[in-house]
Amino acid sequence: MSVRQAIASGKFILTSEVGPPKGCHLDEMVEEGEACRGLVDGINVTDIQSSVMRASSLVGCLKLQEAGLPPVMQMVCRDRNRLALQSDLLSAAVMGITDVLCITGDYTTLGDHPQAKPVFDLDSVQLIQAAKMLMEGHDMAGNELEGDPPQFCLGCVVNPGAEPLEPQIMKLHKKIRAGAEFVQTQAVYAPEVFANFMNQAGDLGVPVLAGIVMLKSAGMANYMNRFVSGVTVPDEMIARMKAADDRVQTSIEITVELVNGLRDTAQGIHMMPLGWNKHVAAVLKECGLA
Amino acid sequence: MIATKPKDFEELLNRLAEADSIYIVGCGDCATVLQTGGEYEVAEMKKKLEDAGKTVSGTIVPDITCQVLDIKRLLRGDKEAIQSADAILVMACGAGVQAVAEIIDDREVFAALDTTFAADKFRGGEFYEWCSLCGECIVDQYGGVCPVTRCPKGQLNGPCGGSEKGKCEVDTERDCVWTLIYNRLDKVGDKQEIEDRMAEPKDHEKSTKPHEYVFEARRG
Repeated sequence: MSVRQAIASGKFILTSEVGPPKGCHLDEMVEEGEACRGLVDGINVTDIQSSVMRASSLVGCLKLQEAGLPPVMQMVCRDRNRLALQSDLLSAAVMGITDVLCITGDYTTLGDHPQAKPVFDLDSVQLIQAAKMLMEGHDMAGNELEGDPPQFCLGCVVNPGAEPLEPQIMKLHKKIRAGAEFVQTQAVYAPEVFANFMNQAGDLGVPVLAGIVMLKSAGMANYMNRFVSGVTVPDEMIARMKAADDRVQTSIEITVELVNGLRDTAQGIHMMPLGWNKHVAAVLKECGLA
Repeated sequence: MIATKPKDFEELLNRLAEADSIYIVGCGDCATVLQTGGEYEVAEMKKKLEDAGKTVSGTIVPDITCQVLDIKRLLRGDKEAIQSADAILVMACGAGVQAVAEIIDDREVFAALDTTFAADKFRGGEFYEWCSLCGECIVDQYGGVCPVTRCPKGQLNGPCGGSEKGKCEVDTERDCVWTLIYNRLDKVGDKQEIEDRMAEPKDHEKSTKPHEYVFEARRG
């Protein structure tokens, strides 16, 4: 399966996520992906996530693909200009990696190389447009590509908890108009926040996968509330994590409730397990999705 | 105007270690408004250098230090003080420093300031970067608020996902420029237009450095 195939089939779409390491040994990352084998339609590979230098998304995708797992290549606009972005899109297509998630990217100063030059030559809407042009057989400058053009399935992101929501929805509509075929969202902890977002967004015409970050501890929840834009973990959830005898079990229970609360409004779920892919199976089985 | 801020004095002294005698050039324009290179700051620098054991052979504050021909005339009048200096310290923006270096080509020229941005000024001591001299002005497409400059990521099609409660992910004290654009378009302009329009990527060919204008001046 791939995200493209899942969309075509009309099924409830499931994706998960892994992050390449700071180093050149990707076995652990592939193992993380392995935990989702047969369970998900795509596994996102993050692109220099949080502006912390590490191995690339493309090579991470290749490793997953080698293992027979379905990669989704994340692509941020922070580190590459339009020459490099288009070139890397072509390179991904060469290797058969065609599910691509287009993102703006966190700012450079938030990561571990704050002195780096921020690029942002394109924004996420323009990156989707660029990929779409390649799919039409020409580059951004209008030059024709040699041979058959690449066929990407392009995705985009949105934060349903953003405030104000209106400009975010405006941009989301532009991303879809540009050619995004699916949406993955920032972490959601309240189904009603997601429902409100879907309501305000109106008819998007593409599947929206609600994002879920599994809580590992009360401390992590507090951290997210403080530092992650537009993400609010309810106090009740934090209290449950705090009181938990078995944190993994409680986290799975909370996640199952969330997935079940989101199922009717979302067209899929995007899990961001942050190293807890081994627990994704339990969640999906409990929900009857595996 | 061009904003500048003083370099760390100890760092500057290290740079000037080889120079016993120093000639100081300030600027009567931007650096005076920014209080980094006006008469007052030049006098202050002179005293600090003397306290550090240096000799200051002379000081001058041209009206506009980046006016190359004007300061050429001015500096010619202070030839002796300049000749007796081992180094020239310029308290102006990078354009001023290079203007001085262009004219005084037999002495090492040092920058006392870091040049930071093209500034919009409110009251004294309050300066903001609202224009980044990108080479193609598009502010009228955004209600008069520039997303190229006032968004760290230069987002042209809407806010990034880091915008939180109307504030910027890079500096949570600062308004997200898209909040400002929306507020402005609520009052004047056409919000629908900005929602409908797919903004094209900036043309960076227009900002290829170094820029130059050489033309037959119609006046002055």
